Amino acid sequence: MEDVLDVRDLRMRYGKTDVLNGVSFAVRRGEVLALLGPNGAGKTTTIEILEGFRMRSAGEVSVLGADPAHGGEAWRARTGVVLQSWRDHAKWQVRELLAHLGRYYAPYSTASVTRPWDVDDLLETVGLTAHARKRVRNLSGGQRRRLDVAIGIVGRPELLFLDEPTAGFDPEARRDFHDVVHRLTDREKTTILLTTHDLDEAERLADRILILTGGTIIADGSADELARAMSGQSEVRWSRNGQRFVHAADDATAFVRELFRQCGESVEDLEVRRPSLQDTYMALVRQAEQGAPHTLTAVAA
Amino acid sequence: MNPALVAARAGLSRGWIEFKQTLTTPNDLIAILITTCGFLAAMIWTRHTHLPGTHFSLGTTMLVSVLGLNVGVYGVVTMGDLLVVEREDGTLLRAKAIPNGMLGYLAGKVVNISGQIALTTATTLLIGALLFTGLAIGRPGSWLTLAWVLALGLLAMLPVGAVLGSLFPSQRSAGPWWLLLLSGLAAISGIFYPITHLPVFLQWTGQVFPLYWLGLGMRSALLPNAMAVVEVGHSWRHLATFGVLSAWAVAGLVLAPEVLRRMARRESGSTVAARREKAMRRT
Repeated sequence: MEDVLDVRDLRMRYGKTDVLNGVSFAVRRGEVLALLGPNGAGKTTTIEILEGFRMRSAGEVSVLGADPAHGGEAWRARTGVVLQSWRDHAKWQVRELLAHLGRYYAPYSTASVTRPWDVDDLLETVGLTAHARKRVRNLSGGQRRRLDVAIGIVGRPELLFLDEPTAGFDPEARRDFHDVVHRLTDREKTTILLTTHDLDEAERLADRILILTGGTIIADGSADELARAMSGQSEVRWSRNGQRFVHAADDATAFVRELFRQCGESVEDLEVRRPSLQDTYMALVRQAEQGAPHTLTAVAA
Repeated sequence: MNPALVAARAGLSRGWIEFKQTLTTPNDLIAILITTCGFLAAMIWTRHTHLPGTHFSLGTTMLVSVLGLNVGVYGVVTMGDLLVVEREDGTLLRAKAIPNGMLGYLAGKVVNISGQIALTTATTLLIGALLFTGLAIGRPGSWLTLAWVLALGLLAMLPVGAVLGSLFPSQRSAGPWWLLLLSGLAAISGIFYPITHLPVFLQWTGQVFPLYWLGLGMRSALLPNAMAVVEVGHSWRHLATFGVLSAWAVAGLVLAPEVLRRMARRESGSTVAARREKAMRRT
C-alpha cells in the first residue's frame, strides 16, 4: 500500500544537543501509528517536523508526497493538526468557530473528499451537538478537548497529527477522546500519527507502535509483536496430582511440549503468561537508557 | 474558487464576528469607553481656552486631532496587543494549521480594528457636534478628506502594529511600552497642542512619524480653513500628508509580511505549551 509518510534518517540538533539521531519509519494509508517514549525522547520534535512547524537539521521527509518544510496551502488542507486549546477563541461559539474554520477548506474539495466536514455532522461525531451554541470559554475540559479534535478534522484530513492528545485529561475525557479517534478511523479511514507517553493509550489506539528513546527508534511493531519479539521469559504454571508448579521458560512452547511428553494427561490447570507490553516497554527503555546497543525490529514484513 | 479569495472572505466575516464580540464583551467595551471619555473630558476642560493667537477653541482642535490619534491607538496598540496575546494563547497557531489561515486571520484583524475606529470616530464626532462649536462638518469636502485620511492613516499604522506585535515576546513585556510609545509620540505630534510651539528639532522629529500627519489631515478635514495659520507653513499640506502616510504604508506593507512570516514560523504546539506552562506558574 501507498506510504502517506516516509521519514529517512531524520536528525535534529539544538546547539550541541542531538535530539533526533537518525529516525526512519514509514506510515501506510489508513494506519494509526503511535510514537511512544518517555518525556524528552524527541516525540514532539518529530511530529512538529512532520507537521511542517519546525525545521529539521538533516534527513529526508515526505508527508503526503511533499516536504513539510515547503508544503504549501494545498498540502496543508490535506493534513489536520489537533492542538491543545488554552484561551484561544474564548468568545466564539462552538458551532460558529467550526463553521468559520471549515470555510478555508472548501476550495480544496476533491471528487472523493468533500471539504469541509458538515458542521452539524461533525458536532454529532465529537459529541458536542448539545453545546453548539456555548461559548468556548464555558466548555468543560473534556468538551474542549473534543472541540480541539473537531477543529483538527474539520477539513477532513487524509493525515491527522495528535501530539500528546490526552496529557492532563481526567479518565472520562480520555475515554471520550479515544471513542472519537476510533470513530474517525472506522468511518473516515484517516491515517493518524500520534505521540504519547502512555502505553495504555498507544495499545488502545495504534495499529503499530514505535518506541522512541534518546532520539532513536528502539522498537517498531504492533503491541502483540513487540511483546512477542521482546519475549523475555514466559511464566508457565500447572498442577499435577494436586501439587502446583511454576516455571520461567525462555521458550514456553517447547517447554510445554516437553512437559506433556513427560507427564501426559496428569498435567492440569495449565497457564502460560507472556510478559505484558508494560514489562516489555519498561525493559526496552531501561536497556536503551543504559546504552545497550539493542535495536528491536518486529515488523511483520 | 481561488483559495486565497475564499480565505480573505472568511477573514472579513471573522473580523465582523470579532467586532461584534468586542461590542458584547463588557471588559472590551469599558476599555473603549474609558479611552473615549478620558479624551472627551480633556477636550471639555479646554473648550473655552483659546488657541494662542486665535479666538478658536483649543478643545475643538484637540477633539479633531484625537480622531487622528485614535487611528494610532487602535492601529498600532490594539493591533500589536492582539497579535502578542493571540500568539501567546495559540490563536495564531490555529490559523497557521489551516490553509491560508494567516491571510484570513490578518483580514479579520483589519476589519475588527477598522470597526472599532469607525465606532469611536462616530461617537467622538457626534458628541463633539453637540458640545463643541467651530467644527466644519457642513462641507462635503470635509467628509471626503476625513475618509481618505482615515483609510490611508490606517494603512500606515496597522503594519507598524503588526511589526511591533511580532517583536514583543509576551504581553507582560509589551504592556508598559505601548503607553510610553504612544504618549511620547502624541506629545511631539501636535495632537494636544500645535506643533509650532515646540523646539524646532522636536517639530522635525514629530513630522517623521505618521501620527502628526494623521492629526493634521483630520484638522484639515474638520476645522475651518482659516485655522491652517497655526500649522507649519500656515498650510494644511495635503500633498505632503498624502506622501508621508503613503510612504509609511508602502514601507509597512513591504516589511510587515516578512516580519509576520518570521514570527509565525517559530510557532508550534510546544512553543504555545511552554508559554502556557509559564503563565500557569505565574498565577
